[in-house]
Formats: sequence, C-alpha cells, structure tokens
Amino acid sequence: MKRHLTNHSLDALVARIGKTDVLACYQCKKCSAGCPVSPDMDILPHQVIRMIQFGMKERLLNSKTIWLCASCETCTARCPNDVDLAKIMDVLRQMATNSGEPLGDSRVPFFHSAFLSSIRRRGRIYELGMIAKYKLKNREFKKDIKLGIMMFLKGKLKLLSSKIKGKKEIKDIFSQVKKGVIG
Amino acid sequence: MKLSYYPGCSLHGTAKEYDESTRAVCYQLGIELIELEDWNCCGASSAHSTDEFLSNALPERNLKIAANTGLDLLVPCAACYSRMMTAGKENPSLKPTVKIRNLPELLREEDNFNRIREQVKTPLEGLKIACYYGCLLTRPPKLTEVKDYENPQTMDDLVSILDGETVSWPYKTECCGGSLAITHTDIVKRLTRRIIEMAMEAEADCLVTACPMCQANLDTRQDETSRDEGKEYNLPIFYITELIGLAIDGKKSGRWWKRHFVDPMPLLNSKGLI
Ligand code: SF4
Ligand code: SF4
Repeated sequence: MKRHLTNHSLDALVARIGKTDVLACYQCKKCSAGCPVSPDMDILPHQVIRMIQFGMKERLLNSKTIWLCASCETCTARCPNDVDLAKIMDVLRQMATNSGEPLGDSRVPFFHSAFLSSIRRRGRIYELGMIAKYKLKNREFKKDIKLGIMMFLKGKLKLLSSKIKGKKEIKDIFSQVKKGVIG
Repeated sequence: MKLSYYPGCSLHGTAKEYDESTRAVCYQLGIELIELEDWNCCGASSAHSTDEFLSNALPERNLKIAANTGLDLLVPCAACYSRMMTAGKENPSLKPTVKIRNLPELLREEDNFNRIREQVKTPLEGLKIACYYGCLLTRPPKLTEVKDYENPQTMDDLVSILDGETVSWPYKTECCGGSLAITHTDIVKRLTRRIIEMAMEAEADCLVTACPMCQANLDTRQDETSRDEGKEYNLPIFYITELIGLAIDGKKSGRWWKRHFVDPMPLLNSKGLI
C-alpha cells in the first residue's frame, strides 16, 4: 500500500531532506538503547521518530535532544528498518537553526556558530580565536583555562592564525547560506 | 605508492603527534605523501548541524583539488574522513575520480601490512592494548562499507603484527562524546570515564585510536576525572601510527610522547620499549 503524505507534513519534509522513511519505524527502541547520550536527553531517539510522525515540529525544534546528539551514528547503524536517525537529527538541527526561534540549548549552537565563522574567515579552524569567541558569547572564561595552557605548552595550539589562498572560494560558499544563521 | 594527504585542522593543531607519526610511518613504508594544495576545513559537525549545502560544499572543494592530482586521498582524521566520504557520496561525479582512504585500512592493505611486519625492530612484547575505533571509522556502515562494524579488526591486526597483545573488550566502538567536550564537558567526562574503566577492567595497559577527537577526549580529561572520582586514571592513549612508528623505528618517537597529557614514558620504560 502506498502511504499518502502531504508535502507540508513534517515526516515528508524529513524524508525529503534526510532521504529516510520515518514511517518505517516500529518503535523497537533499539536506537535509544544504544544511544550514548540518552540519559541527558529530554526526548529519546525513538520518541523523536514518533513525534515526527505526529508532526510535533515545535516541540522537537525546541528540544535539548537535537543539540546533545553527538552524531555518533550508532542508532543509524543499528536500526532494523534503515531509519537514518543521525541524519534526521541533522535535519532537525538545521531546521531549528533556520527557524529563528529560541533553541533548546545555547552552548552547542554558539559553538557551531563560532566554529563556522572561523572557517568563513580563514578557510581553516583557528582554535584559539574560535574558543575565545565561544567563551565570550557564553561567558565561560574560567573553564578549561589550565587545559588550554597545557595544550599551548605541548605545541598543540597556535598563537597566530593562518589563512588559505582560496579565501574567495570559501566566502562564495558561505554566501549561499541563509543570512544570520552563522554569527 | 604516492598519495594526496589531507591533514585537516586537527593534525595541524591538537593532534600534531598524529601528523608527525603518520608522516614518519608512511616514509618508512615508502608511501609518499603530498599535502593537498591549499586545503580547507571539512566543516566537521558544525557544518552538518547547521546547513546541508555547506556540509557538502566545504569537503567538495577539497575533493575537487584532489581529483586534479589524480592520486588517492589519505584522510587520517576519522571525522574528516566521514565528511569527505559523505560529500563524495552526495556528489557522485567526484567519487570515482578520488578514492578516499582512512589510515587503518591503508596500513592493513596486504603490501603495507607485510612491509610493517618486515620492519619491526622493537616488538611491542608484553604491551596489552585496547583497540578503540570510536564512531566514524566504521559508522554508518552504508557509507564506510565496513562489514564488522560492531567488532572491527583492522587496528587489532596491526597491533598483532607488532607483537603487541590486544585485549578483548566490548567498548571498541562506543562514542567518546566528540565535540561535546567544549560545550557539555560533563557528558564527555562520563563517556570517557566509562571507556577507560572498561579498558582497565580488560587489563589493558593503554588504548590505541585513529581519531584526533577520541584521542584528545580520552587523554586530556583523565587528570580531572582522577580528582573527581578520588581514584587514579592514568591510561596512555596512543595513535595507531605512534605504536607502529615505535615498533619499526623508535628514534623519532620521543617528541610524540611529550605532546600527550597522560605521559606514556613510564609505561614504555617499564616494558623495556624505550
Ligand atoms: S531502532 Fe529504528 S525501528 Fe527501532 S525505534 Fe529506533 S528508529 Fe524505530
Ligand atoms: S547519533 Fe545521536 S541520537 Fe544517534 S545514537 Fe548517536 S548520539 Fe544518540
């Protein structure tokens, strides 16, 4: 039997972007059983799939879960029905980032934004600048200072940044991303 | 053998010893590495969490440069490897021209494997090693085409020809928490403690990995975890190339160990390996 979906429903959207069929899920919970961060999540992976089927978009896009997911791919590798949960988490994060609505976690989105703006500027990651930017936004100055100093002493953190020659190409790539998404 | 080499940001920074030991081992094995001209960051989890187009366009630029060289592309960082493979799959016009290789698989290939075996000068006798593959070297299997993704063997095989002793343990492919280290440190501390405790329970002396994020998360947090738990955590975390390098040509290895947080020297000394 061909399932009928409207174009605007959440499961159709996820299916289109994530190329995966959430209606194939039979709620066996294998994904949640193997998820390393499930104890910290507000919605478990198998519940995410159920809520997509029910179209509970706002609740999902506001969740902590999508930001705590470590993209470890365990759920995707183990799902008996080929539901690509790790990809679905990506799609939900992308939708949340684009929504302009308040997010369920502040630290991870701040981090991604600092990370990407470092790439946009130089083509590569400049760790010191990126972490300073993240900490400034997040007001977490003291945390891990000792670790940073040790890293530096061990020759693992560069003081100066370097830029690639193809900066213009990188800028062109970033110019195709919706404005305001990356700080 | 001649390969294009994509170090990625980690191997130029926090995983410098992975870069150094990779170059040293490849040199010894007669694999010529040519650093990819003007490479850019693959975007890592930040790009694929933020924007679909960006997550493919960033690695694609590298794949296009690689395609022009006509050489296979070696990507030692497991996370960069995963991003390159994904972009290659999304843009099939690039994939057939560029073969993307990860390090354990490259070294496990028949020719290289035999060459390593022939060159072992300092067998790692008596060293008990937990091989830790983490997430992205094997998962998702549809992308990596790894068959034994729940119990991978490439690094176990490599350690065995160095005469090291691999331990059998269940956390080979557990996640260390990856980039949550900066944002949700508590989660990463919990995950890495579990992995290290399991390796210790299996009586491993050390752990070996091929991922800069796994190495950093497991190596840098043990000091803090020891203080939190009132118990000593002191398990050296090696890159696979460091162990191979030590076994086939120990001379250069001294400066790699200095970059570690858990100092591997006492262990290597006690086993008579340095
Ligand atoms: S493992 Fe797959 S089928 Fe089982 S609950 Fe999770 S998504 Fe559904
Ligand atoms: S990819 Fe995300 S949701 Fe899936 S098991 Fe890993 S952390 Fe959990």
